[in-house]
Amino acid sequence: MQTEQARKKVLVIGVIGADVHAVGNKILYHAFTEAGFDVVNLGVMVSQEEYISAAIESDADAIVVSSLYGQGELDCRGMREKCDEAGLLGIPLVVGGNIVVGKQKFEDVEKRFHAMGFDRAFPPGTPPETTIDALRELLHMDAAAGSEAAAV
Amino acid sequence: MKPVLLTDFGSTYTKLTAVDVDTARVLGTAAAYTTVQTDVNDGFSSALRQLESKTGGIEYAERYACSSAAGGLRMIVSGLVPELTLEAARMASLGAGAKLVGQFSFELTEDDIDQIRYVKPDIFLLVGGTNGGNTACILHNAKMLAAMHPDFPIIVAGNRSAARQCEQILAGCRVRVCENVMPKFGLLRTEQTQTAIREIFLSRIIQAKGLDHASEMMNDILMPTPAAVLKALELLSGGFGDELGIGELAAVDVGGATTDVYSICEGMPRQMNTVYKGIPEPYAKRTVEGDIGMRYSVLGILDAVGARRLAELSGISEDRVETLCRMLSEQTDFVPECDGELAHLDYALACMAVSTAAKRHAGTIEETYTLLGQTFVQAGKDLTTVRRVVATGGSLIHSSRVREIASHFCYDPTDPASLRPKNAEILIDSSYILAAMGLLSTHYPLAALQIMKRMIQ
Repeated sequence: MQTEQARKKVLVIGVIGADVHAVGNKILYHAFTEAGFDVVNLGVMVSQEEYISAAIESDADAIVVSSLYGQGELDCRGMREKCDEAGLLGIPLVVGGNIVVGKQKFEDVEKRFHAMGFDRAFPPGTPPETTIDALRELLHMDAAAGSEAAAV
Repeated sequence: MKPVLLTDFGSTYTKLTAVDVDTARVLGTAAAYTTVQTDVNDGFSSALRQLESKTGGIEYAERYACSSAAGGLRMIVSGLVPELTLEAARMASLGAGAKLVGQFSFELTEDDIDQIRYVKPDIFLLVGGTNGGNTACILHNAKMLAAMHPDFPIIVAGNRSAARQCEQILAGCRVRVCENVMPKFGLLRTEQTQTAIREIFLSRIIQAKGLDHASEMMNDILMPTPAAVLKALELLSGGFGDELGIGELAAVDVGGATTDVYSICEGMPRQMNTVYKGIPEPYAKRTVEGDIGMRYSVLGILDAVGARRLAELSGISEDRVETLCRMLSEQTDFVPECDGELAHLDYALACMAVSTAAKRHAGTIEETYTLLGQTFVQAGKDLTTVRRVVATGGSLIHSSRVREIASHFCYDPTDPASLRPKNAEILIDSSYILAAMGLLSTHYPLAALQIMKRMIQ
């Protein structure tokens, strides 16, 4: 039985908007699960409301948004405000992928996503390990406890 | 010969079906007004006399009954997010044959509690949170319920991490803890809850509704009527042993106050380029439209489709349609004479009741263009490949134009987003035996299946 202490950190993940890129989503699902997270995978073409509903029911610790088709900035706009409205105050929001159109300096992109209330934004080609480390840091997880969970 | 008597204590009529299970044939059917206000046996005896006038005196080997009398099995459900655990709770209750008289999402308020106290449900289903997920909401709701000292039984089927605590909060109330109706995101687990609903129905509700006198003459009152209908349809669709069923099907029952729709099919996307959204729906799904019915809810049909559409179908002017609908909503026992103005209106109303209820039951599909090309987004069940639609219920089967009416269940080219059957044959439950066959199937599934295959054509 899952005790309160042993409860894994819950992540809600999915690909936002009218984006059907399913491969990266599956890789992330496996990587996060392997790393000891409890992952609620919403798949592709996920709306902001779907992330939020799933996060409420599953009492999620963080929401991880993927976007591969360049429209991520539009799709993510207002998500932090909606989380606040729905009672998910301060829930970590993480975004990654080809999140903007064209070649832009990622520092600028990152700034814009921070301003939109995202805690972390990752450029294309980020290995899952980097995201996992960032999530552990955001969720104040002890690295040792994390790897222990991964070994289970 | 082994005669079995099957009784459906309906909200209006008590319907009797006599069956010989050895030869799998119906010996006779009869109906009389349900008399649950006085003694339910009066209506039953009067129907039985009618039946005996057709069949002669019969010594029945077994007698079974189902009931939707005295308001049916009235349930209130509460969940967390409306589209997720509340929807799962709704599906669990409707699939168990309940009538939903209230539904609440998120935290219950004082006003909600006032309403629950006023409505007095037969059963309250308390859910919320996936396993390991949110516990705050279900615990809050349990406290709110405990504080009102409920005299109705409560089924707790939410986040398992909170189940024991809910039970403690509700100590002193009649509480049953069941498996979470949605243990994981997107996973429905309604069986245990449905079993609990049925057991509570049998142990308490029959007595509370004055049906226990009737049960003295019965071996068993087995289930609520809609649960019997759903069971019959599952058998008719799936078959039994070597006796084949007729395959995936849908069914519609238009009543005076509500319209029930059933579908027995998979309904998930078949194409690679279709993405499914929302929680998966049950293989055997029942929905009830509380605002769509031929009399008490006639104004709901008018609201849903508008006077113009009813005018087109009936050949009556729009103004007149509105006047007549208001009249029918007041004179709920009105039966039109053949071929008069009101018979035409009834035809139009029945068509639109079927169409509206089918549309709400069936899933939808939306076309979108992504960078990878055309993609479809499906929500709810895809019924397009369902080949059979069964029409049942008094107001349909007694209409001379029942096939035309029931065909409004099917795909409408002007509304291509609604995933209704594209090439379906209409079958009529002309002797109104579905509920009886659902009852019979609990002990004699083969006979029930053979009778249905022969009589529902």
